[in-house]
Amino acid sequence: MSRKTTRLRPAKRAKPRRTRQKEAWNLRLYIAGATPRATSALENLKAICEQHLTGQYRIEVIDLLKHPQLAKGDQIVAVPTLVRHLPPPVKKIIGDLSDAERVLVGLDLRRRDRTEPSHE
Amino acid sequence: MSEPRRPSSKRTLKPTRELTKAPTGILGLDEVTGGGLPRGRPTLVTGGPGCGKTLLALEFLVHGASKYGEPGVFVTFEERAEDLLDNARSIGLDLDDLIRRKRLAIEYVRVERSEIEETGEYDLEALFIRLDHALNAVKATRIILDTIESLFAGLGDAGILRAELRRLFAWLKDRGVTAVITGERGVNTLTRQGLEEYVSDCVIVLDHRVTDQISTRRLRVVKYRGSQHGTNEYPFLIDTDGIVVLPITSLQLEHKATTARISTGLDWLDAMFGNKGYFRGSSVLLSGGAGSGKTSFAAHFIDAACRRKERVLCFVFEESASQYTRNMGSIGLDLETWVGKGLLTIDAARPTLYGLESHLAKMHRLIDAAHPTAVVVDPLSSFGGSASEVAGTLIRMIDYLKSRQITGLFTHLMPGRLSAADNEVGVSSLMDTWLQLSSPSSGNAPGRQLTILKSRGMPHSTLTRTFMMTDRGVRSDSSPRQSGRLVANR
Repeated sequence: MSRKTTRLRPAKRAKPRRTRQKEAWNLRLYIAGATPRATSALENLKAICEQHLTGQYRIEVIDLLKHPQLAKGDQIVAVPTLVRHLPPPVKKIIGDLSDAERVLVGLDLRRRDRTEPSHE
Repeated sequence: MSEPRRPSSKRTLKPTRELTKAPTGILGLDEVTGGGLPRGRPTLVTGGPGCGKTLLALEFLVHGASKYGEPGVFVTFEERAEDLLDNARSIGLDLDDLIRRKRLAIEYVRVERSEIEETGEYDLEALFIRLDHALNAVKATRIILDTIESLFAGLGDAGILRAELRRLFAWLKDRGVTAVITGERGVNTLTRQGLEEYVSDCVIVLDHRVTDQISTRRLRVVKYRGSQHGTNEYPFLIDTDGIVVLPITSLQLEHKATTARISTGLDWLDAMFGNKGYFRGSSVLLSGGAGSGKTSFAAHFIDAACRRKERVLCFVFEESASQYTRNMGSIGLDLETWVGKGLLTIDAARPTLYGLESHLAKMHRLIDAAHPTAVVVDPLSSFGGSASEVAGTLIRMIDYLKSRQITGLFTHLMPGRLSAADNEVGVSSLMDTWLQLSSPSSGNAPGRQLTILKSRGMPHSTLTRTFMMTDRGVRSDSSPRQSGRLVANR
């Protein structure tokens, strides 16, 4: 896996949008090699995005084994880490993203009512 | 060693390879650790907030990079790189230059709990990659992790963290980098997260105490696997030049004693010591009540040494340097000249400025810089603290002076008449020579008296001499009758 997508350019916003608020979702997934955990994190992420953000998201996968210098910028310590760059503010979700509910909360797509951060 | 040791240490089975050490370059710490920290292994430095952990780590790294050809990486989990640079500058460490020359790198790792959600399994491989990247960038052989326990505040899964930290320390060991890991002291543990469980090669505990509003910092090597080390608590000082740990020399009575003599500065007093004066490199105590002339005797000693073109370092604690030289001018001694010629250095400080040990640490530093043949401390008694504390630090001071063949002259305020029960006796037993001055409260000039209470290893007069203060110095008018009566005292 490597950096797959091109940079998000303003020009691309010309794409048809339903409402003004529907900003593009810029998501970065940091991994360290194509481990099973990285693979499942990407699959889980894709599934969630397809279901909730159809047509509005962009996933950039960064393999730190190939680009170690990129870990610093986003302050990555754990893998996999999902970073939501857009819309602001920056959000980070670490783990294999297996719990869709938690991912949605982390992305601010669902309110954090019963799922207070239960770091056991 | 008071730390729990795991009963079966695998490492003891095969004879350990020769343990090499990475010098810290910190004055005193290399002596306490017998040469530095275990090379290629992690060392844990722990203590309460503000105890100097970061500073110690920083010095270890900077000295490594600048003096020992060992580049290093400082991984900071708490301070931003800029703040770290500022702190380093405050103790005179210039990191910018080392960074520019790629001898040192700072890696700021920030984990903000509030912006992190956790779901499912993860590991800290990204941290490993960052450390690896930073280590490679400067070809580092030293690394600091300050304070890695911050990760526990940022990440929720303590189980994963523990496993990953264990892996991290093993990885660092495999890479052969000498690591310093700092930790904050926990309630009943050395570190909050029990890092001592993983880092067991060398553990150093720092402590910062305030007694009677005077702060004292102490350092103790709790554990050093495969090496001998000093086990005491050693006071240390942080000043504008960084950290100094006492002792600077080993605490053993192995200094060579000379038979060379050094003048007391007064002919009649020299005569009481068989016309020769004190032993060079010995310790001399001048005790007496207020106004008994202790300082004047010390000044004569200083003056004589400077006349021989010897350097003298004088620590005064009750007056400023200029006040001191002015006052000595009143008995005809021009100390200012010696100051001007660079032979005499007067260091004036309030005793309450910091603890006795800190004063001594500072003295060490000045002595190292000035290379005096004699040191005067005036007066010793202005230091607070328990008698055992004073004695303990004084032993270090005297040993240090003796190891360098420096004659030490200490004045000591001893109110009233000499009494055996006086706790000051604890101090005097450390002294080779003890002069007692007294001035009966009623009389004027003729009342002043001097007695040699002891003088190890040399014949000396046991008579009490009277003396007076004149504008041409301390004089003894009593004709030297009977002063030839010498006794040997061993």
